[in-house]
Amino acid sequence: MEKFDKLSGIAAPMPLVNIDTDMIIPKQFLKTIKRSGLGVNLFDEMRYDDNGDEIADFVLNKPAYRDAQILVAGDNFGCGSSREHAPWALLDFGIRCVISTSFADIFYNNCFKNGILPIVLPQEAVDVLMKDAEKGANARIEVDLENQSVTSSDGEVFNFEIDSFKKHCLLNGLDDIGLTMKKAASIDAFEAKAQAERPWA
Amino acid sequence: MSPKTLYDKIWDAHVAHEDADGTCLLYIDRHLVHEVTSPQAFEGLRMAGRQVRAPEKTIAVPDHNVPTTIGRENPDQMPEDSRIQVAALDKNAKDFGIHYYPVSDVRQGIVHIVGPEQGWTLPGMTVVCGDSHTATHGAFGSLAHGIGTSEVEHVLATQTLIQKKSKNMKVEITGKLRPGVTAKDITLSVIGKTGTAGGTGYVIEYCGEAIRDLSMEGRMTVCNMAIEGGARAGLIAPDEKTFEYVKGRPHAPKGAAWEAALTYWKTLFSDDDAHWDKVITIKGEDIAPVVTWGTSPEDVLPITDVVPAPESFSGGKVGAAQRALEYMGLTAGQRLQDIEIDTVFIGSCTNGRIEDLRAAADVVKGKKVKDGLRAMVVPGSGLVRAQAEEEGLADIFKEAGFEWRMAGCSMCLAMNPDQLAPGERCAATSNRNFEGRQGRGGRTHLMSPAMAAAAALTGKLTDVRELM
Repeated sequence: MEKFDKLSGIAAPMPLVNIDTDMIIPKQFLKTIKRSGLGVNLFDEMRYDDNGDEIADFVLNKPAYRDAQILVAGDNFGCGSSREHAPWALLDFGIRCVISTSFADIFYNNCFKNGILPIVLPQEAVDVLMKDAEKGANARIEVDLENQSVTSSDGEVFNFEIDSFKKHCLLNGLDDIGLTMKKAASIDAFEAKAQAERPWA
Repeated sequence: MSPKTLYDKIWDAHVAHEDADGTCLLYIDRHLVHEVTSPQAFEGLRMAGRQVRAPEKTIAVPDHNVPTTIGRENPDQMPEDSRIQVAALDKNAKDFGIHYYPVSDVRQGIVHIVGPEQGWTLPGMTVVCGDSHTATHGAFGSLAHGIGTSEVEHVLATQTLIQKKSKNMKVEITGKLRPGVTAKDITLSVIGKTGTAGGTGYVIEYCGEAIRDLSMEGRMTVCNMAIEGGARAGLIAPDEKTFEYVKGRPHAPKGAAWEAALTYWKTLFSDDDAHWDKVITIKGEDIAPVVTWGTSPEDVLPITDVVPAPESFSGGKVGAAQRALEYMGLTAGQRLQDIEIDTVFIGSCTNGRIEDLRAAADVVKGKKVKDGLRAMVVPGSGLVRAQAEEEGLADIFKEAGFEWRMAGCSMCLAMNPDQLAPGERCAATSNRNFEGRQGRGGRTHLMSPAMAAAAALTGKLTDVRELM
């Protein structure tokens, strides 16, 4: 997994609330057995018309946002299906950070497994950053994971909370499975005890 | 000992390791696997030279892609990409030695129906699956939730998940339900009240007389949609109904092991003075048969109501409601009962069990599907299908003009050929009404099996109580 420490990038505004993972990557693209190549279909049904042509006023089709690395989104981003294809598609497009007032649980966890930083901020802060993002490519938002801060193009700083373990893994690009494997003795011991106490499981 | 909730008890019984910051390794008792969210996980194992740690606790079944037409064992019935994905699961199950129910097996079906049916899901367990509707298994008093593909790989390799504990939320449904009101109406009404983010950060325990009165099938319907309320999981404490359902299932404990399990399972309830971080109480008698009008499962109203005006909401929901009405082709003030439909879908992990089919057949019996309407029943598993045939339900559906399909996820998410065309409107017993969920441009109204059956007869959203 790629490390995430600092990012200075174009932010695309998506004020819609409840953006679900079906919107982020519709089901017809889940038939892949790979993780890569989904960026072209990110937000497919909002981004392309029935003929497959780009819909000009969809935010990521606008010239200013084609290279966006950050999304500023409405509440409850990533709700619905557990599909990790959603963060895979975001990452493949080039999005490394999503900012919202809240995220759905599974999507939030999936982001951290893929080097994407989801940031939760209060409504007032998201409102400021949404306005900032609406300015287009000239407004770059800065994200600093180590210091847990987001800085608007006007220099306004917002601090965010993040779980210390998730932060550590993201900063260092660590592989969860490798970390857990180091605790194999604890798992062995637990398994032996559970087997004795609940043999039917 | 300090009082605990049911969630606290199951959690505490599964912590294999805890770091100083509270990050835990939670041991997983059952790992369910389907073809869509697993290929990359198995590929990851292969690339790292890793094995499945506990193949005997890992159960796989293809369900999302599979056609639900007769004769589907013939691979030619599947588009190439679906065929590749199902073939990958065939191979992964074989290579890694996990339990498997292939398409040709009568026990095949939707993973969340097969798990309980085969006795894999038992009270007090931790159950995960790369599928958000894993919450279904919480009906047995097991801690069950959806995970992403990276976590699928993590569980395959280590039989644990890296987790921090969620908060406790109690949803109490008091008293009795009125006639025509079902488990689906309960779960939709809860989401209507709390919103789709209302449960974020919580594990919900559903309790109260109306929940206790539900069958296991009904309880599974309630827990299934905990995820639509944003919760990590939904739980219902096990009781005699649970034990009765589980007893004798192929993978349920037998003999002395059954007695030992039963003794343990009877300790699985929330203590009287346990701490709740959030409590929601709804009177059972206040719940009506409901339908959704918009593109979020929180867009719930009683069938007797009208399409709401976007201005009646606040914040970001105003714009979302405007967008939803445009997508759904509805106008504010329109009576819900005047909305005409083209399609009826009865099935899914929410409502594809035998009791759901009985409820729908009760409404349909001796009547005909409205002319020109496409109506299908997709049983949740091959065994549900067989039982429905034995009980004569299949004949009732077929005589009424329903398509009687093979088991699978089908039109709930339209990954197989069962899809809505743009602009088509469906009365569905599934769990999501998102834009494009049942096919690009398709319009979904969620409701109970009885309500969907009523809609099939009249060709529009209908108050089932008028047909009772």
